[in-house]
Amino acid sequence: MTVANAPVLVSGVAQAEPGRHPITEPAGPTRRSPLSGLAKYLGLAPFAVYVVIFLAIPTVLAIVTGFFTEDGSFTFSNIAGLFDPLVLGTFASSFWVSAVTAVIGSVVGALVCYALLGTRAGGALRSFIDSASSVLAQFGGVMLAFAFIAAIGSQSLLTLWLKDTLGLDIYADGVWLYQPAGLLVVYTYFQVPLMIITFLPALEGLKTQWAEANATLGGTRLTYWTKIAFPVLAPSFFGSLLLLFANAFSSYATAAALVSQGSPIVPLQIRAALVSETVLGRENMAGALALGMVVVMVVVMWGYSVLQARTSRWQK
Amino acid sequence: MMKNSVRIGTEPNTVVRWIILGVVGIVFAFPIFAMVEFTFRDGLSGAHTLDHWTGLFNDDAARTYRNLFTAIGNSLLLAVVTVGIVLVVLLPTMILVHLQFPKLKRVLEFICIIPITVPAIVLVVGLAPVYSVVVRVAGGSIWTLAFAYGITVLPYAYRAIQSNLDAVDVVTLSEAGRTLRADWGRVLWFVLLPNLKRGVLAASFISVAVVLGEFTIASLLNRVNLQTALLQVSQSDPYVAIIFALLALLFAFVLLISIGRLGRTRRSGSES
Repeated sequence: MTVANAPVLVSGVAQAEPGRHPITEPAGPTRRSPLSGLAKYLGLAPFAVYVVIFLAIPTVLAIVTGFFTEDGSFTFSNIAGLFDPLVLGTFASSFWVSAVTAVIGSVVGALVCYALLGTRAGGALRSFIDSASSVLAQFGGVMLAFAFIAAIGSQSLLTLWLKDTLGLDIYADGVWLYQPAGLLVVYTYFQVPLMIITFLPALEGLKTQWAEANATLGGTRLTYWTKIAFPVLAPSFFGSLLLLFANAFSSYATAAALVSQGSPIVPLQIRAALVSETVLGRENMAGALALGMVVVMVVVMWGYSVLQARTSRWQK
Repeated sequence: MMKNSVRIGTEPNTVVRWIILGVVGIVFAFPIFAMVEFTFRDGLSGAHTLDHWTGLFNDDAARTYRNLFTAIGNSLLLAVVTVGIVLVVLLPTMILVHLQFPKLKRVLEFICIIPITVPAIVLVVGLAPVYSVVVRVAGGSIWTLAFAYGITVLPYAYRAIQSNLDAVDVVTLSEAGRTLRADWGRVLWFVLLPNLKRGVLAASFISVAVVLGEFTIASLLNRVNLQTALLQVSQSDPYVAIIFALLALLFAFVLLISIGRLGRTRRSGSES
């Protein structure tokens, strides 16, 4: 796998710890002393300070602001706002869009990974698919919204062709592209590539010897896939599925570019709260919504890392 | 003769492989193709024209698309500063942790993947107050946004550099350098960096790609970058917006292809 897989996170891979070499005692008398104790720790300071200011503080602020009113007094009213039917409905449709696209994305992506088994890892086909997948999975954002307006918008070639030649008007019931249904289509477009870059390494971890053992013991292809490959791959597959869910759940740019009316999913509701400062007539609702999202993300990513840890058992 | 792995069923045969790749490939290529076709459209007339492309080279194009060009400049500046943050803040820390604080490796990894769990749309809620301070201290120039982008690219940059660090025996290399009486600066510059070139370049390229594609933070903090400008331009001149979107996608694709090539020049492609 190339580093284009960088987003594939939480390497449960406990990389073989390179034996700890304390670079302590000098080999010869002329050698200057290594980084002294204090300098060593000072070296960690820039990164620590940077991460505190631009990651820790914003994260804490994002989560905590939901508990305060604009003038700084403590309140549960925003958190209670999370249970407003409108907001619950938004969370539900975010869940729904994420779950459906994660399932479709992981199944189609796994099929593509299967098709890629046996192709040369460094070959032209693989590096093309790797790079194209990374671009579509990670950097599309606004541009994917454009792509789908061009591809299946009401004036697109495909839509007009379907209407004129087959008499099929895909927008007979209204233009759904700019609604949650449209998000399903567009999100699937970046979920499949993400599945390819996360799941392919696991699929390649299947050892030929297992198949040979299966064949030697009189097993069939079917028993190989059901009794060996599936149990081995299951944690990785479901882990990737969770990652896809998290990816769709937290995705903002494509939806922001596509959906201009209303806030059918949580990230867009956060936009509304940030821009107008009042959702449901509450201040600081963005903070409460952010907290709700973080809770979901933490649970999902925790599940992902648990499954990932199980995966690495087979990849030694 | 059938390959052994095909016979015993671990790999698909050629027909199955190309059916799957063909169908998925066509479905996924279509929206990109549709974008290309759209840029040649002559309004709603159904005819095709080169005008939208040639229009970019008109004398007054620089004026017409001034905002877009400014935004591209902003995004490039942000990409450069973000790469700077990766190289000056993240890279030395990773090397230091690798050499001196092996126990902190898991902690560092954990920190670097937090931006996945705390996505940009959440982070931006807390970044707004932080930036009101940043603007007071450092001014409102666009480059300050790179501080936030340095966080956004952490997971990607970390992975790229870490896979290189794990593949090179950094400890022995630096001990060798130290034994030959090089000071730490020289060890870092002449011994470690050349060995980490692949990971460092990959981290830089992927950071550039991420920054050029970033929309969420810029948009909600009211800054102008390539993506926010594209969205704005698309309301008045969708053809030009899509032309630039295609160019940006192509550029990201080339960056990522070159990361793959970097990987291959050093080691055979079968690294895990």
